[in-house]
Amino acid sequence: MKRKFFAYPYIVWMILFIAVPMLFIFYYAFNVDGTWTFRKCWETLTDVQKWRVLLVSVEIALGTTAICLLLGYPIAYILANMKKSVAGFISVLFFVPMWMNFVLRTYAWRAILEYALPDMLGIKTTLTGTVGAVLMVLVYDFLPFMVMPLYNTLSKLDKSLLEASRDLGADGAQTFFRVVLPLSVPGIVSGITMVFVPAITAFTVPALIGNGNYNLYGNEIEQAFKVLAGKGDYSVGSTLSIILLVFVLISTAIMNHFDKDKEGGSIL
Amino acid sequence: MKKLGRSLKYVYLGFMLLFLYLPIIYLIVFSFNDFSVGSGRRISYSNLGRWNGFTFANYGTVFSGDAGRSLLLTLEIAFASSIIATVIGTAAAIGINSMRKRPRNIVVNVSQLPMVNPDLVTGITFMMLFAFVNGILGRIGAQVGDFVKLLIAHISFSIPYVIFSVLPRLKQSSDLLYEAALDLGCSPIQALLKAVIPDIMPGISSGFIMALTMSLDDFVVSYFVADRIQPLSVYIYSNTAHGAKGVNPALATIIFIPLVSLLLIVNLRRLAKEREYEIQNKKVKMKK
Repeated sequence: MKRKFFAYPYIVWMILFIAVPMLFIFYYAFNVDGTWTFRKCWETLTDVQKWRVLLVSVEIALGTTAICLLLGYPIAYILANMKKSVAGFISVLFFVPMWMNFVLRTYAWRAILEYALPDMLGIKTTLTGTVGAVLMVLVYDFLPFMVMPLYNTLSKLDKSLLEASRDLGADGAQTFFRVVLPLSVPGIVSGITMVFVPAITAFTVPALIGNGNYNLYGNEIEQAFKVLAGKGDYSVGSTLSIILLVFVLISTAIMNHFDKDKEGGSIL
Repeated sequence: MKKLGRSLKYVYLGFMLLFLYLPIIYLIVFSFNDFSVGSGRRISYSNLGRWNGFTFANYGTVFSGDAGRSLLLTLEIAFASSIIATVIGTAAAIGINSMRKRPRNIVVNVSQLPMVNPDLVTGITFMMLFAFVNGILGRIGAQVGDFVKLLIAHISFSIPYVIFSVLPRLKQSSDLLYEAALDLGCSPIQALLKAVIPDIMPGISSGFIMALTMSLDDFVVSYFVADRIQPLSVYIYSNTAHGAKGVNPALATIIFIPLVSLLLIVNLRRLAKEREYEIQNKKVKMKK
């Protein structure tokens, strides 16, 4: 028996539960009540309000990604230069928070922003419902997903290259910007992918922290499915999801372009 | 100067970890808060900001009612799905590793899709799939139950994480191991269980932990997939979003504390072992 057969159960599973379900998005986007039509899809596509929400979401997601990168890169860099066993332990500490479900952690943030922090600062208003609060909790949620791929790439970096750079007369900053940073591009790219698209679709944070003031693209899709789908209308949500999938495809393509041997792609 | 830089690094790491753990510490502290209102027995979890006094009462009620059911459901789904995902994913990784370059690249690429795919899309595709299947099954009076739906969905989004933590380990391990076991008279299954699996065990266990993490942290997929039963995250969302009454903070700690202690013990032991090994190495060097 050849070993490749061991992959077959997975391949069957993947076709049944990943490929086939995806087809439903396309089916329901163009099929309303059993008839094929572009009308419904076109209506959604030309809804200016939805595009405006998408624009705001992309802005907030870009902000989240940028802050995650700025905060996460130093973390990964410090960890990568530590003794391996200690770094391994601390990097575990960065993903342990995920063992408390993120709805609970977001809920805790709401309590902190609503009562504890204003009390401490001595202000009367709550801090929820502001764009700053939404951004902060989004950064909170996605930071580990930025740190992990960066740490993986940076810890695999050949240390002799840094020595070579020093020997050739580069100072610390030059070595960083000309050697370390370019070599960590695969990690940066997969970190961005792990944060950007999920941040567009995060609908829990706007609901719990934004008090519904900042409806993001994820909220639009959630509403479309939870409200309209009850009436058997999947088309709006499906069309919105297709737009989202375009983002996914673009970012996967970029990721594959930068990461030829698929090493940085995993967040482990 | 160098010393200052070094302590600055630790301050930064500490600060970031504090940021990540702040809401968790907050919930743990408030899980000991007295939430009974006035002199009556009525409990209101909505004032998660006011400290009323220390009590263990929240832990007494954590396994009762809807919350308790959700808690157990979450644990069942998490462990069942990550065990199954680990088995399928490990087998898949072994298979993928022995494939030729072209098919391997295709399978690896497609396997990345669920990881990059936002969980919102994963959730709605499963919702539509099960609605469709149940529509057909409904004609013969059968249904796919919520538990099975949740299980299938959780296994599906966990498998890629298992594959991508086992694959690197397989690359390090020798291809000849399997062949050698076959030559020594093992059946393919025996060769797998006795030679290949032990060699890649660290990858398998980190894959399992990753699958468990993803399942415990999931909300979005469960939210769209389950109709009648509520895993913990869905229960919490439905009781906290849009100005609802709030949930018992003890729910947060009851899963978290045991799992984290387990993980910390395992890791600290490994750390201690490595240190012991280092010391021994030094001794050997000194003798030389």
